[in-house]
Amino acid sequence: MTFEEICRQEWGQVVATLIRVTGDWELAEEAAQEAFAAALERWPRDGVPDKPGAWLTTTARNRAIDWLRREAVGAAKLQEVAVMTQEPEAPYDVPDDRLRLMFTCCHPALAMEARVALTLRTLAGLSTAEIARAFLVPETTMSKRLTRAKQKIQHAGIPYRVPPSHLLPERTPAVLAVLYLLFNEGYSDVVRSSLSAEAIRLTRLGVQLMPDEPEAAGLLALMLLHDARRETRLTADCELITLEDQDRTRWDGELIAEGEQLLDATLRRGAPGPYQVQAAIAACHATARTAADTDWPQIAALYGQLKQTPVVALNRAVAIGMADGPAVGLRLVDDLAAGPLTGYHLLPATRADFLRRLGRWSEAASAYREAIELAGTDAERRFLRRRLREVSVRA
Amino acid sequence: MKYLLMICGDESHANDGCGGWSEEMEERGVVAGGAGLRPPAEATTVRVRNDELLLTDGPFAETKEQIGGFVLIDCADLDEAIEIAAKHPAASYGTIEIRPVLEPPPGVR
Repeated sequence: MTFEEICRQEWGQVVATLIRVTGDWELAEEAAQEAFAAALERWPRDGVPDKPGAWLTTTARNRAIDWLRREAVGAAKLQEVAVMTQEPEAPYDVPDDRLRLMFTCCHPALAMEARVALTLRTLAGLSTAEIARAFLVPETTMSKRLTRAKQKIQHAGIPYRVPPSHLLPERTPAVLAVLYLLFNEGYSDVVRSSLSAEAIRLTRLGVQLMPDEPEAAGLLALMLLHDARRETRLTADCELITLEDQDRTRWDGELIAEGEQLLDATLRRGAPGPYQVQAAIAACHATARTAADTDWPQIAALYGQLKQTPVVALNRAVAIGMADGPAVGLRLVDDLAAGPLTGYHLLPATRADFLRRLGRWSEAASAYREAIELAGTDAERRFLRRRLREVSVRA
Repeated sequence: MKYLLMICGDESHANDGCGGWSEEMEERGVVAGGAGLRPPAEATTVRVRNDELLLTDGPFAETKEQIGGFVLIDCADLDEAIEIAAKHPAASYGTIEIRPVLEPPPGVR
């Protein structure tokens, strides 16, 4: 394992332990930082210790004690940390620590963007500069956002714990939502794909720490099944390739197998939820040998099981259209036109696609033009313009 | 930890009471003070600028939702404060703002 990999793996645990013991987020982070710096200096010379995590935690803890002594404040805190030093085995690697950190970073009393940033910084160990780059804000802005979030946790008394069981039904989705957002941030943008990898790593950790939470496993399966198609979604010059036209031989078979296996095991527990259903939809796509083999009736039925938000209704309309013919799909999409999806580029894009399949070329062309106006990314616009050219020739 | 719950709602609910919430919370031992307020129409706003006393008839801002009461609670953490606030009947028609109380520096209390 490289030093970088050890850092990524151990950072969350070291910080989580230090926060539990000192109750001070800034101190915990600084102490961890120093411990990793000490490791970088010493390990190449003395060799990597048998238990790098324990070494790092002990070193960080000693730094924290030094600081607390020097500041001569927090006598009670100091005592706690000192007690921890006397029992070297017990306090390290409490599996609850990272879960505690995960739930606290994702507390619903924090703004979503603060939750995401805090999770990346304290749990995943990304630097403030890296997170700032990933979210396209100046480093100072990100640094302030992180400081504010940590201050709120401390001053508003957000507890550092895994919530008691009666709160889990509302708190677990908050954690999973942060992880999923993180994944999507990386999935929708090639430049930021490392965020998806980070999201998968954290979700794996979440599944390991919450073995009784089927939705955590459902989310991981969903991510793996999407990630398997990552390399085939864009052409070399960053144009979107639809599911239908993707080169299925280049999909990552190992990820698909892992996602499927995980999903099957999870569904057998008989507690379905939105992530499991979405993963099942992704599995329908990922396991179809050709686009024509796609089990659209099954996909339509699965969309029917999800909460009927406008976007879900649009996806369901697509699936029904693919199963029962473009005329049926078009009617369903037109029913949605007056609703809250006005201004959402995928609405005219979907209409355009059904019109194209029906051979109504000039109507399709005007729907593509409308979609191009509304599209959010260059890749989407390029794709829609190509389709527009195709239908315009025939109109 | 101490928190102030500021209970906001529109005036139509002014006489609704707390539906047993106060009694329940008193019994639980988390209430450290508080009161219901007369309507904002009876408020007076005070400012002093350049030694001059400026009075305005009415509340800080004329908005539909106004503070109708406040409760000081003393409980374990924000999760408990949220649970207490969510149980208040005003949470289902108005808004309750939870503000942690500024702790005095060590040795002052």
